[in-house]
Amino acid sequence: MNANMAFRRLLALPAPLRARSYSILNRPAPNYPGHVPLTYLERGALAIGSAFGSLRNPHRHDLIASLGETTSSPYFISRLRKAMLANDTGRRILKDRPRITSKSMSLEKLRQLPQNTVGYAYAAWLDREGVTPDTRDNVRYIDDPEEAYVMQRYRETHDFTHAITGLPVIIEGELAIKAFEFANTLLPMTALSMAAVVRLKKVERQRFFQTYLPWAVSNGLKSEEVINVYWEEELETDVEVLRTRLGIEVPPDLRDARKALRDQKKAEKAAREARERLGAATDEKKR
Amino acid sequence: MATLIPRAAKRLKMSHVATSAGGLVASRPFSAGWHHQQQQQKQASPPSGDEGAKTTHFGFETVPESMKEGRVAGVFSSVASSYDTMNDLMSLGIHRLWKDHFVRSLNPGSPRIPSSSSSSSTTPEPEPWHILDIAGGTGDIALRLLDHATLINHDTRARVTVADINPAMLSAGRARFATSPYTSSSHPRLTFVEANAEKLHSIPDASVDLYTVAFGIRNFTDKARALREAHRVLKPGGVFACLEFSKVNNPLLDAAYKRWSFAAIPLIGQLVAGDRDSYQYLVESIERFPSQVEFRDMIAEAGFLIPGHGWEDLTGGIAAIHKGVKPV
Repeated sequence: MNANMAFRRLLALPAPLRARSYSILNRPAPNYPGHVPLTYLERGALAIGSAFGSLRNPHRHDLIASLGETTSSPYFISRLRKAMLANDTGRRILKDRPRITSKSMSLEKLRQLPQNTVGYAYAAWLDREGVTPDTRDNVRYIDDPEEAYVMQRYRETHDFTHAITGLPVIIEGELAIKAFEFANTLLPMTALSMAAVVRLKKVERQRFFQTYLPWAVSNGLKSEEVINVYWEEELETDVEVLRTRLGIEVPPDLRDARKALRDQKKAEKAAREARERLGAATDEKKR
Repeated sequence: MATLIPRAAKRLKMSHVATSAGGLVASRPFSAGWHHQQQQQKQASPPSGDEGAKTTHFGFETVPESMKEGRVAGVFSSVASSYDTMNDLMSLGIHRLWKDHFVRSLNPGSPRIPSSSSSSSTTPEPEPWHILDIAGGTGDIALRLLDHATLINHDTRARVTVADINPAMLSAGRARFATSPYTSSSHPRLTFVEANAEKLHSIPDASVDLYTVAFGIRNFTDKARALREAHRVLKPGGVFACLEFSKVNNPLLDAAYKRWSFAAIPLIGQLVAGDRDSYQYLVESIERFPSQVEFRDMIAEAGFLIPGHGWEDLTGGIAAIHKGVKPV
């Protein structure tokens, strides 16, 4: 009877805990191609290692990906999936499971669209930043296949969030987007990325805390869930219309602000040098 | 596993950005993707009409024999740049002790015998040692062999040929060689050649005094054929020596070792080298390698005489040194 009771209690555990009764040498079969079922210890170690690794080298996209995946279970990715299920468009996205890869987005066609459309804004942003639509790392460390898709979708639509807010790919811009995404999606990795604030210069940090962080937090909170936007269908929508529908304001253009500051500094430097030269010339005259 | 070749190929294309992660970078910080347009190469499908094709193991996967070489190539091209760092991390530096012991027990190099004036005209100078180091790409063993011969046995003429099937590993070795004291000697002490251990066409019969292979043979598609090639190229009386991972004897150590292998090593591979799959393959290939007794029997079958016990266990059987002598 005791074994029976233990077995019943085991079956009565909530699904995520029940499924975790495996060890390193006894992994269950993968739930989707590329899936690696990790034990708690492995997940913790991967999370901590990814956190420090990506802070040291922010170009290690694979570590940022694994940080996101290992920290989002058990609660946060489930919450995001439920947010998608609660919305009509979100449900359709989960049913269709569209993927955005470098092949599926044809930049040529997007550039042909009228200038006020989302698709055009996307292509224009990619051209301005000098990047191509990246093919993102595949999700590997999330056990539920649908939650894995939600994470994959979040990763692949990141560039669209950039495009409609206009923020650039430099660290400052990425941090602002991550703050926005945290307020919007609540994924822990986006909040953990804030640690990279230490990599900003003093002026950049001031600008971030003064302008971009408040913008990100207020907009992320009040806007609709960006994960529920079916971008493939919104390519021909007017950008302003989409922004109003979502409730997003455009932040001050970061590249322009940086350029203005650079120009100002250059002008000051030139003026100072001119004064020095003049000063030296008048000194010569006096002598 | 299925993404190994495309990943390795992508990584090789990104070599213009230098990083510690073997070229795995994005030009954008904080992005979970990278800059280049990816060419999603489909994994090469086995040739049709392949019904009775022999299969072999690639880690725990079963693949047609024709595919294994390409898959192993993908793994080693990917790990080449961080190979030495990863070895230190995975074995906690113990691999250095194993390799040192391996080379010392072989004692390569013969001191030049000072010849007396009467016999100098009649006794010819013995030919210098020719050592062949197989799958020795990064030059770990080759440099140790040269150091031992030169510094301990005062043999400045012994030469080593490093053969490896993988060009990336060879370039890592060549880079090491360039900073070693052997670059500027009058006769070439160290040569690098790209060759398949199963088909050593460029090495003539009976031309090698010592054949070494360290941590390479478990990756060969056909170990028996490699052993036969070793038998062919060795001189009569020549020694075949193999350092390889093997079966652990103590069950307690084995339990800990297996857990370290299957959890920590792929994790370190992911964090340091950015490649979980290659390191997963490495630990699976260790698991699949025959035991000490089986491998000794394979060596005997290739025509070698087995000295003594046939093998020496290192660190409780985690690694083992197997030796064979070609009969005179």
